[in-house]
Amino acid sequence: MNEIVTVNQISYHYTEEDARPALNDVSFSINKGEWIAIIGPNGSGKSTLAKAINGLIEPSGGEVKVGPYELNEENIWSIREMVGMVFQNPDNQFVGSTVQDDVAFGLENQGLPREEMVERVREALEKVNMLEFAEREPARLSGGQKQRVAIAGIVALRPDIMILDEATSMLDPKGREEVLRTVKEVKERENLSVISITHDIDEAASANRILVMREGKLIKEGTPEEIFSYGDQLIEMGLDLPFPEKLKSSLKNSGINVPSEYLTEEGMVEWLWTYDSKK
Amino acid sequence: MMDKLIFGRYIPGSSLIHRLDPRTKLMGAIFFIIIIFLANNVWTYLTLALFVALAVGLSKIKVSFFINGIKPLIWLILFTVILQILFTSGQTIYFRFGPFILSEEGLINGAFIFMRFVLIIFMSTLLTLTTMPLSLSDAIEYLLRPLAVIKVPVHEIALMLSIALRFVPTLMDETEKIMNAQRARGIDFGEGNLYEQMKSIVPLLIPLFVSSFNRAEELATAMEARGYKGGEGRSKYRQLSWETKDTVTIIAFLGLAVLLLLLKT
Amino acid sequence: MDIRFEEVGFTYQKGTPFESRALYDINLSINDKSYTALVGHTGSGKSTVLQHLNALKKPTEGSVSIGEQVITAATNNKGLKKLRKKVGIVFQFPEAQLFEETIGRDIAFGPKNFGVSEEEAIEKAKALLPQVGLDESFLDRSPFDLSGGQMRRVAIAGVLALEPQVLVLDEPTAGLDPQGRKEIMDMFYDLYKNQGLTIVLVTHQMEDVAQYADHMVILEKGTVTKEGAPRDLFKEADWLESMQLGVPQTVRFAQQLEKRFNWTFDPLPLTTDELAEQIKEKIGDGREAGDRT
Repeated sequence: MNEIVTVNQISYHYTEEDARPALNDVSFSINKGEWIAIIGPNGSGKSTLAKAINGLIEPSGGEVKVGPYELNEENIWSIREMVGMVFQNPDNQFVGSTVQDDVAFGLENQGLPREEMVERVREALEKVNMLEFAEREPARLSGGQKQRVAIAGIVALRPDIMILDEATSMLDPKGREEVLRTVKEVKERENLSVISITHDIDEAASANRILVMREGKLIKEGTPEEIFSYGDQLIEMGLDLPFPEKLKSSLKNSGINVPSEYLTEEGMVEWLWTYDSKK
Repeated sequence: MMDKLIFGRYIPGSSLIHRLDPRTKLMGAIFFIIIIFLANNVWTYLTLALFVALAVGLSKIKVSFFINGIKPLIWLILFTVILQILFTSGQTIYFRFGPFILSEEGLINGAFIFMRFVLIIFMSTLLTLTTMPLSLSDAIEYLLRPLAVIKVPVHEIALMLSIALRFVPTLMDETEKIMNAQRARGIDFGEGNLYEQMKSIVPLLIPLFVSSFNRAEELATAMEARGYKGGEGRSKYRQLSWETKDTVTIIAFLGLAVLLLLLKT
Repeated sequence: MDIRFEEVGFTYQKGTPFESRALYDINLSINDKSYTALVGHTGSGKSTVLQHLNALKKPTEGSVSIGEQVITAATNNKGLKKLRKKVGIVFQFPEAQLFEETIGRDIAFGPKNFGVSEEEAIEKAKALLPQVGLDESFLDRSPFDLSGGQMRRVAIAGVLALEPQVLVLDEPTAGLDPQGRKEIMDMFYDLYKNQGLTIVLVTHQMEDVAQYADHMVILEKGTVTKEGAPRDLFKEADWLESMQLGVPQTVRFAQQLEKRFNWTFDPLPLTTDELAEQIKEKIGDGREAGDRT
């Protein structure tokens, strides 16, 4: 297959004395254009894993390969050009004084000529629907808007991979929805691979594949349907229960036999329909 | 607490003064503060006052904003003026008490010093009221650029300045939030004796430091992830554009200096 | 203790060129021992309302009564402090308020400001730790060595230490993982159910409103647009959706079922348990009856 990220048996300790590694022999790979979600309770090593991909931390063992590059001192900047990252706190990643300045920040770092920057900034802001806010200062933007600007900053760099490190966790539902929608649009249009680290069920459901972390280890891997069918155990995996699972568990408690495989909401309605007509 | 920060805050507008290049305004204001020391008689002060009145008029900002700019400094001004009045000896003496002398020259000097303060405050208030802090930092960076030759880290200074400005509102919000949280836990800011007031600052300052350090760390990570590796090889997105009106303004300032040189005694 | 707003308005920086009105014509009541949810978008005025609940802000128009005390624009600041003990506020991301060297001393900070002795306050802190899901061994540790979720719990304990009658919670679970969210929400519900605290929850999560609140106030653009029992307000699902506030998933799903099966759910189910019960009545029972014949 067309692998764009390969992580092979990496480990990481935050400090020497740390008995428990933040990452413990983790291996996986991501294909071009794929969206994977990494879930797990707080402290399970999800964010550390994300930071290992673009060299923000240096794994103590194992290899990371992004596109044609092996992660090392020499290739680190080439890798960072391929990987864009949206962080959790909308304020603490907004470097520029206005929306357009912030989008331009990464372009300035690459030393692009000004005419090209102007063009790319405009284009990127258009893609995240923030063009009309180009002159705004961050203090006058909502959290969701700031995250969309962060996405524009990445899109402008034309990367291959976008990592969302709990990018929606500090937003209100409206902001969360608008950011998720933007990610979906941008991913399709730019043919990006997306890695989202999340507790959000909708975000996880958008992925092609879900990786579950616990105590620095990759413990499960599967499609959203497969992972969601774990029902009540999802909470321990750091994910909310999807609504149909909640309802199934309530129905089960009131003595109705429910199927064990994962059902979508529509699936749930259909199942009830058949159940009801059988009586 | 925001109420007290009106002085010097940018007021959006589209007047001629607003549209001037920030470099013009910054250089003009500095130049004005230098040449004000040329003034030494009624005519020179009158000329300066007219010049400032014209500039204020062109900015289309209410005079009350400028007067507000003086308020926080009024005690300093009065103190200096009074010292000037009481310690200037002269020929026409109205009154004498020990070392204190009240003379005609003293009074005139006092009036001039007062004028000097007011004009400087008006001019610098005009600069900050009509120029976005960000544009000011651009202008500072530009004007500092020659210093890069003698190894002054101009790029780093400029970046620090612009990030600092960008985080001012964020930190103000944060301060207010933490103050509220501590007030809700029974602290009264600004009440009690000096010792109590100093003590009440600790629960505000420590969280602010902690959060600023966290922010700085996260910001540094984010910058690194976006490919920031120092000033070398970086291009610049923001651009300043010099126009005819800027040249005209600079000529006006030079003209003012010439006028002062002619009129001074 | 009841809290009542009468014709409350609030304007920031009144009398300056930067004047901006945050609240107007607000009437609302928070009854003693109720669980009130305050919902609205960012910028609807929620956080300004919240600061009126313990007189951190005084209304610029109208009056707020907190128990016996009536607060208007003219009220003297002296004497407002004792309200802060009666109404405790857990602000959003409250871990930002931690500052002491040890967790025990941080929790003790509030009571000490109200004249409780150091030893007594530390005792209180010790007793509170288990309540927020931490054990006594945390007492002498630095709050800055904890994980985000643990810091949140310490900050909450710091407010509970005031022993307030009313507990105001501003998005208390923002940024936590689902497990942590559930534990913290359950803890607040327990305080409401078993210790008779009045709770005011500011939230975007309609699921939480449905699950916990018995009273709901909707704010929009600086004023109250609706106030009532969640079960009644959620009936107006279309209106809530149009306001982009949304309804709990259970309500949305129940309405889907009503359309598809021609059922009517009465009363409107707010939790999956309630919905499951009603579904069982409609199909489960029918099936059993069918099996028998």
